[in-house]
Amino acid sequence: MTSTEGTRVSRRKLFGLAGAGVALAGAGAAAGIGIDKATSGNAEAAVNTVDFHGEHQAGIVTPTQANLHFAALDVTTKDREKLRQLLKTWTDAARRMTAGQEVVAGGAIDGGQYAPPGDTGEALDLPAANLTLTIGFGPSLFDGRFGLAGKRPPQLIDLPLFPKDKLDPARSGGDLCIQACADDPQVAVHAVRNLVRLGFGVTEVRWSQLGFGRSSSTSRAQATPRNLFGFKDGTNNIKSEDTDFLRDQVWAEAADGQAWMAGGSYLVARRIRMHIETWDRESLDGQQKIVGRTKGTGAPLGQTAEFDELDLDVGGAGGEKVIAEDAHVRLASHQALDGVRILRRGYNFVDGSDGVGHLEAGLFFLAFNRDTRKQYVPMQQALSSKDAMMEYVQHTASAHFAVPPGVTRESSWADTLFS
Amino acid sequence: MTVRKTTPLAVVASAAALVALSACDSKSDTAGAAAGGGPIKVSASDTACEVSATTAGAGNLTFEITNKGTKVTEFYLYAEGDRIMGEVENIAPGLNRRLIVEVADAGKYQTACKPGMAGAGIRGDFTVTGGVAKQNDADAQKAQATKSYADYIANNTAALQEETGKFADLVKAGKVDEAKAAYARTRVYYERIEPVAEKFGDLDPAIDVREADLEPGQQFTGFHRLEKDLFKTGLQADSGQIADKLVTDVKELVTKSKALELTALDLANGAKGLLDEVATGKITGEEETFSHTDLWDFQANLDGSKGAITSLRPILQAKDPALTSTLDKEFANVQGLLDKQRAGDGFKLYTDLSQDQVKEFASAVDALSEPLSKVAEVVSK
Repeated sequence: MTSTEGTRVSRRKLFGLAGAGVALAGAGAAAGIGIDKATSGNAEAAVNTVDFHGEHQAGIVTPTQANLHFAALDVTTKDREKLRQLLKTWTDAARRMTAGQEVVAGGAIDGGQYAPPGDTGEALDLPAANLTLTIGFGPSLFDGRFGLAGKRPPQLIDLPLFPKDKLDPARSGGDLCIQACADDPQVAVHAVRNLVRLGFGVTEVRWSQLGFGRSSSTSRAQATPRNLFGFKDGTNNIKSEDTDFLRDQVWAEAADGQAWMAGGSYLVARRIRMHIETWDRESLDGQQKIVGRTKGTGAPLGQTAEFDELDLDVGGAGGEKVIAEDAHVRLASHQALDGVRILRRGYNFVDGSDGVGHLEAGLFFLAFNRDTRKQYVPMQQALSSKDAMMEYVQHTASAHFAVPPGVTRESSWADTLFS
Repeated sequence: MTVRKTTPLAVVASAAALVALSACDSKSDTAGAAAGGGPIKVSASDTACEVSATTAGAGNLTFEITNKGTKVTEFYLYAEGDRIMGEVENIAPGLNRRLIVEVADAGKYQTACKPGMAGAGIRGDFTVTGGVAKQNDADAQKAQATKSYADYIANNTAALQEETGKFADLVKAGKVDEAKAAYARTRVYYERIEPVAEKFGDLDPAIDVREADLEPGQQFTGFHRLEKDLFKTGLQADSGQIADKLVTDVKELVTKSKALELTALDLANGAKGLLDEVATGKITGEEETFSHTDLWDFQANLDGSKGAITSLRPILQAKDPALTSTLDKEFANVQGLLDKQRAGDGFKLYTDLSQDQVKEFASAVDALSEPLSKVAEVVSK
């Protein structure tokens, strides 16, 4: 932490409080102790923060936080330099916000009385909540407006239309994306809101999505969460501990075609509406057969524990496979897909109701892979055309982004792409 | 809608699987007799098949097979007459594999290892104790229900075949207006028996696929292709061939449906599945994209659901009269709403409904679907 903060209560001072070993109970704790005492702790303690810097962007293998605010933006300027400058500004702002600081020093309440605050302020008093900010570049950014056509990676395809897709173009695609994940929804919303604000005149929001209840785990230290169908989701996901899989199946290398993407990855975003009401009327036996796992422990059918290896050959009565040919786990498994895996960071969403009394709810699917053409596309092709679960879900939005590598303390998100 | 239904019984369409699942009907209260202790260890080699226990209580049995031989092997549990209760194939040398199998009934069984995955295998006797006797009265009631429903199916498939022939002739004669008038009327017979049609994974898509649901490489054929030709693009050069293919596919469906053996659980799940079709395809107006005749399908789905429940009615009435009267009331409620939308000898177009009317339908379908989803469990007891 630097000493450039203002003198009043700020987010980083609450960090100090937590660092000093006092239970962090938000503003209540600070109020009881007094500002001076609250700021006297170890201000360097990085409590609930995820390091923004590194070879890869944070927010990919980072243990999945509880909440998401995802935004896809279009670039409205044709000025390459303005875009490049914005990416630098965003990087600086993200570096601060992920450390629990205001978007600019003293931004929320220490600026001039007659200017709007430089930080919108709704995250004041809140902890950093493990905020990560991850940026991506959509295929349309490489259309020639910014002289980037030659930089488009071959892996950054326009996603095909899959069977049974019912995509809403108003919430698909985008030149850029910002993925904000945090353990506090307000912290994630604050971060996106402030980046969007910094981008006015250069970018505009095309669509966005809030998510809650992470529906995947990216670390073995995390329990597998449940999706809105009530099932454990993402048991077979690549975890941050699987370094070989990460190297082979998640991180791009220079040799993949575009050197600027080395250390990056490709992000697929899909909004999957779930027909909650009809699912809830499916029998337990039917639900389990559709998924291919038991609802209780999450064990593959024919096995006993959640992490038991899927055995696609186990036969039941009459020689029928215990895991049906159209079971979700079979079709999504690396065993059925020539070893293909992806790293998932999905979130549940509920966007109110749909006007006929049904939940407008589902899974906001986020996945990272090294080559979408060889990993996500064949997997989704198999699921869209054969998965028994397709009866209960509908893909309503789709987007694809190249996620550049991470940054150092001196570099920015613009650097590898624009160099 | 042509997505394959995945009600538990539709997942597996073979007669053998149906037998096995109906066996589950009589096992629901055997939990107390389930096998205690850990898994039964099976040590398989090229010449031996050592099973650590040769008796177990009825319920879920877990076998853990270790292949200590040099050949790939497999393990089976057989009931009398070599009826397979469970199997695990492709156990490579050195590997451990697990098989969990539900055995509901007491009796004599056999275990078998098959080194080299051929022949009758190395057999051993295995005894299962406990379990419950078959309930013969209930079985007779269920048999009566499935027979009654089979008659319903037979009546509708006969009409489907006849009406599809007439419809195809109109298309081939280029009589567009008459074909349009016949379109929704013809589909009624298909929509009534949809859970049966969906048992035939290749025929249902050929007859009823929607353009939006096509898979890569799949040809757009069937009713909805002709719907597009008639209501949107005008007849195409190959419309006649598509009509002929539809007639052929329907004929094959009718033939196959005669050989299909359904269980009482199939009826229950089919009745529920038809209302799910309404909730996800008709309420949204997605089924009949070009003709907007969704309400005809809606009525037909409701008819088909009611047909199945009518067949099950004696069982339901005996086991859960309250549920039966709820179903009667909710079926009548949905029918009342549909009747309000009648126009001539058919219905208003889906696009003529107000948002409030759509919502009213959705809510009535939910109110019916909830008690319908309880029928399978009642029937299985």
